[in-house]
Amino acid sequence: MLRQLSKSIGEFKLPTILTPIFVTFEVILECIIPRVVADLVNEIKGHTGGDITYILKYGGLLVLMAALSLTFGGIAGITCAKASCGFGRNLRRDMFYSIQDYSFENIDRFSSSSLVTRITTDVSNVQNAFMMIIRTAIRAPLMLIFAFFMAFHMGGRMAIIFVCVIPILGAGLAFVICKALPIFRRVFKKYDRLNSSIQENVKGMRVVKSFVREDYESDKFESAAGDVCRDFTKAERILALNGFFMQFCMYAVMVFVLTYGSYTVISTTGADLDVGQMSALLTYSFMMLSSLMMVSMIFAMVTMASESAKRICEITSEKSTIISPSDKDSVRFVADGSVEFNGVSFKYSERAERMALVDVNLSIRSGETVGIIGGTGSSKSTLIQLIPRLYDATEGSVIVGGEDVRKYDLDALRGGVAIVLQKNVLFSGSVKDNLRWGNPEATDEEMAEACRLSCADEFIKTLPGSYDYYVEQGGANLSGGQKQRLCIARALLKKPKILILDDSTSAVDTKTDASIRRAMREYIPETTKIIIAQRVSSVRDADKIVVLDGGKINAVGTHEELIKSCDIYREIYMSQNKAGDSDE
Amino acid sequence: MNKVKRQRKGGVFVRLIKTMFSFYPKMLPVTLACIIFSAIIGALPAAFMQNVIAVIEKSWEIGDWSAVGGEIFGIVKILVVLYVAAIISSTVFGQLMAIITQGTLKKLRLKMFDKMQTLPVKYFDTHNHGDVMSVYTNDIDTLRQLISQSVPQLLMSGITVISVFAIMIYYCVWLTAVVLAGVVVMFFVTKKIGGGSAKYFISQQKAIGKTEGFVEEMMNGQKVIKVFCHENAARRDFDSINDELYNEAYKANKYANILAPILNNIGNVLYVIVAIAGGILLTTKVPNFSASGLPIGISIVVPFLNMTKQFAGNINQVSHQINAVVMGIAGAERIFELLDEESEVDDGYVTLVNAKEIDGKIIECEERTDVWAWKHPHGDGSVTYTRVTGDVRLFDVDFGYEEGKTVLHNISIYAEPGQKVAFVGATGAGKTTITNLLNRFYDIADGKIRYDGINVNKIKKSDLRHSLGIILQDTNLFTGTVMDNIRYGKLDATDEECVDAAKLAGADDFITRLPDGYETMITENGANLSQGQRQLLSIARAAVADPPVLIMDEATSSIDTRTEAIVQRGMDALMKGRTVFVIAHRLSTVKNSDVIIVLDHGRIIERGSHNDLIEQKGQYYSLYTGAFELE
Repeated sequence: MLRQLSKSIGEFKLPTILTPIFVTFEVILECIIPRVVADLVNEIKGHTGGDITYILKYGGLLVLMAALSLTFGGIAGITCAKASCGFGRNLRRDMFYSIQDYSFENIDRFSSSSLVTRITTDVSNVQNAFMMIIRTAIRAPLMLIFAFFMAFHMGGRMAIIFVCVIPILGAGLAFVICKALPIFRRVFKKYDRLNSSIQENVKGMRVVKSFVREDYESDKFESAAGDVCRDFTKAERILALNGFFMQFCMYAVMVFVLTYGSYTVISTTGADLDVGQMSALLTYSFMMLSSLMMVSMIFAMVTMASESAKRICEITSEKSTIISPSDKDSVRFVADGSVEFNGVSFKYSERAERMALVDVNLSIRSGETVGIIGGTGSSKSTLIQLIPRLYDATEGSVIVGGEDVRKYDLDALRGGVAIVLQKNVLFSGSVKDNLRWGNPEATDEEMAEACRLSCADEFIKTLPGSYDYYVEQGGANLSGGQKQRLCIARALLKKPKILILDDSTSAVDTKTDASIRRAMREYIPETTKIIIAQRVSSVRDADKIVVLDGGKINAVGTHEELIKSCDIYREIYMSQNKAGDSDE
Repeated sequence: MNKVKRQRKGGVFVRLIKTMFSFYPKMLPVTLACIIFSAIIGALPAAFMQNVIAVIEKSWEIGDWSAVGGEIFGIVKILVVLYVAAIISSTVFGQLMAIITQGTLKKLRLKMFDKMQTLPVKYFDTHNHGDVMSVYTNDIDTLRQLISQSVPQLLMSGITVISVFAIMIYYCVWLTAVVLAGVVVMFFVTKKIGGGSAKYFISQQKAIGKTEGFVEEMMNGQKVIKVFCHENAARRDFDSINDELYNEAYKANKYANILAPILNNIGNVLYVIVAIAGGILLTTKVPNFSASGLPIGISIVVPFLNMTKQFAGNINQVSHQINAVVMGIAGAERIFELLDEESEVDDGYVTLVNAKEIDGKIIECEERTDVWAWKHPHGDGSVTYTRVTGDVRLFDVDFGYEEGKTVLHNISIYAEPGQKVAFVGATGAGKTTITNLLNRFYDIADGKIRYDGINVNKIKKSDLRHSLGIILQDTNLFTGTVMDNIRYGKLDATDEECVDAAKLAGADDFITRLPDGYETMITENGANLSQGQRQLLSIARAAVADPPVLIMDEATSSIDTRTEAIVQRGMDALMKGRTVFVIAHRLSTVKNSDVIIVLDHGRIIERGSHNDLIEQKGQYYSLYTGAFELE
């Protein structure tokens, strides 16, 4: 995991390395300064009412050191900011790039909201931990060692006290962290659940109110919130004991230095230890213990961030299940619009019990119009998603334009096969921006032409700004039918060999639906058109209608043939015709 | 204007403290006392240590431990007592603070949640759900930081600074003046750099929001990106937004990171200046000016140096808290904003009661009878009972979501008990709006709505809603088992009742095929179910509630026509004997209604049975024949 994460440091290696180096300089100075201060104090004392020049000398030295320490500290702060923010940036980029390589199967594995939290919240957790590591993880142990040496240097035997105290404190802090962390980890999960239950409540407020379940919801929430609060309190109370151990050890050291130190000073008349050294010793002991405290905090933080790191690595290490074959052998051109399914079976994941498609054999000639019909869950969408290789068939093969889809370069295959997905999405930007997804170089005329074919032209013209009208995220400011027609136009701009419409006209009235189909028949006759529809009227004039039921082909034929021979088709037809979807 | 804002910020802080006080009237003062006590005690040892050093100072050259040992031990003893007191008080404070912080957050969460349950539907229609959620997550988090760390730290540092300052003045005013000058410099540096960092942190926040929005849009459209081979364009767009975020984050962190070393070293320099000033005072023998009247000597200059360090250290500490305080107060402000929202008002007094009919007279009773009655207390003290039949009438109703923007004009509808009334019309014609008025999610601007002859304004809202079952297009299931979700309609329903309801709705078939049947867990609003299955569950949920009036807003739109035909029998069974309001864009669903009402831009343009309307050859006719687009 660490190696994978460290790859994302990339071009920020230099500041990442520089930070600890400058921190080291800073720490050295911070450790020497008390030493000089001790000399200064001695100077003042030694020359009671005496020589100011010595004070100035040491003072000057101290100011110089402060300036250096400031410089190093400042540089370290800047390189640290650069390294950690850069690391965060690269992490986000690497995740986003990885996701772009995902196949549909990979995408299905993660919910889009979880991808968003991973790219935002998790990255900032890891980024903060990274900042902490390059700055403090070096600083704290370094400070500990330096202070320890200085203490030995000045206090001699007296520094032995640290050898006794540090393990005690270390054990205490380790105990606290070990106790608190599992609770924290547990409670963070509960906390997530608590927040998602709030979200559920907010979204379902109409249901809550119409069933008058306000009190019930409050009770439910209270017990969950109480649970979270209990655990959090427990964890924080344990964590607060850190302070107790810290204080205890520090005060013990102080008392020791004050008694034994003064004894040494007085009994040796300052030979083993002088007053200035004694106060420096006090400063060093404080430094040492607080750095130990810092180490324990870093440890806690890194452990908490490791959960986020894990979630990030899941994204970057996910291997795409569908990749283009190597350049040499790949087919880079879809010859024609013929499609053939040879004994195709499919299931969505290896663990899935149910086959979504079972032994499908189907052959479509170039230029044909094929309708696909069947109830919800009959795997209509699954079937057509195999054509542009959004999924790979589990068994059997799919042939497009005379070649197995697995031999095509993916961009070439998907350029030749346009699909208008059922759950289609428009993006924020102008109408033109959205249309250009089909063809980045499309001219205004081409766009207008595609929109005329999909009957989108008429409503686009009524929009303020016409083709420059700003479409909001997800196309929120367009009606369902308008969105669908725009999506069809977008697909037409690809000038595909095969056009697949997955229930793409469900919100369009039957009359418009019919004229879209007529336009396609007249203007792009050589393109193979595969239409999935709920309405029989949308497919009845197709060359061939495929009836799917439970992942199997139930029947194939023309409208007239199926009305006679296929029970399911007749049932669907009746259920709609009774209602009066009689457009012809 | 800035001043007004600042006052309000101060107000928010005071209110937060007051709120915490009301949650923990005893514990909070104890905790604060502990903080103050720890701070004062924390400042004292320095002085005692100085005494020890002074003793050594006096006598080290003599080198006779036995002469001074007693004196030193005496001081150390006091010191030990102080230390023990400090450990106790700060441990108590640490424990209490953990309890208070988490407890306060919990109580605020509960208060917010309870408050939220009382808010009118309008609130949720006019507020972004993400924003509401962010109060519970982000704002509560920043508040935790504020309560558990910033407040104690500020209090502690404040007290330390004041007590140290007092001691300084006690010793020597001249040197105090030098320290003060240094503090002023530190203050301005903090304001400049800290302010800069706060500014960039805010723009970083904005950049994060932008990135989040972009990523969300792309992730939702990821499949479309693949279909159009748009991956590289998406990468390019992401890079530019990501770089922007990087730049803002870099600036914000840069300023925050360099503040600490700068303040630290100003502290160091200040130390030197005080030392030099002390030396000058010592050599020039300037008469001391102090509260104590002590002459300047080493025993004053040396402790002064330590105090300078303490002073600077505390100011450094305070500067660390600036970002947390600013963000915490902003969070508290939003929390209070939610708590201050106006609750839904309910001054209805007509209530729903169980009833028995004896000799043609309706009598209220305790047990469940399946007969309901409206209990209507009158001004003169008498009480009348009206049987609940589901007779709903709207008279000349006008309504607008916003003042002055009327969306429903002059709507009159008469639905007799057991009738099925359907609404047909384009999006925005006002179909859903009418149902919003029936259960009083919104109140009408003009006209009257009567339910069993009673003005709905007189009926207690909760009882009114109990008597109306609603099935919406957005199903909204809750985390829990399938059984829990059906039981949501009637909390005391037995398992049998729930299963019966599921059968009635035609949901039993698929439920029994789920891995754990009725005990299957539903998560994330039923992500493991298809849209059609979710709708069937919500129909079962309404069925178990068994209300006299049913409102179905596009309830079957996600079920395919063939399945709908199968479910239709269950639906018909469910609708039987109830007054039903149906909204559907699929005309097969509404065709057999007693009355079909065609709405256009908030006005009723046609009404009648299917056959009547077909004969009229108006709007409905063109819809029915497919010449007109519905949505």
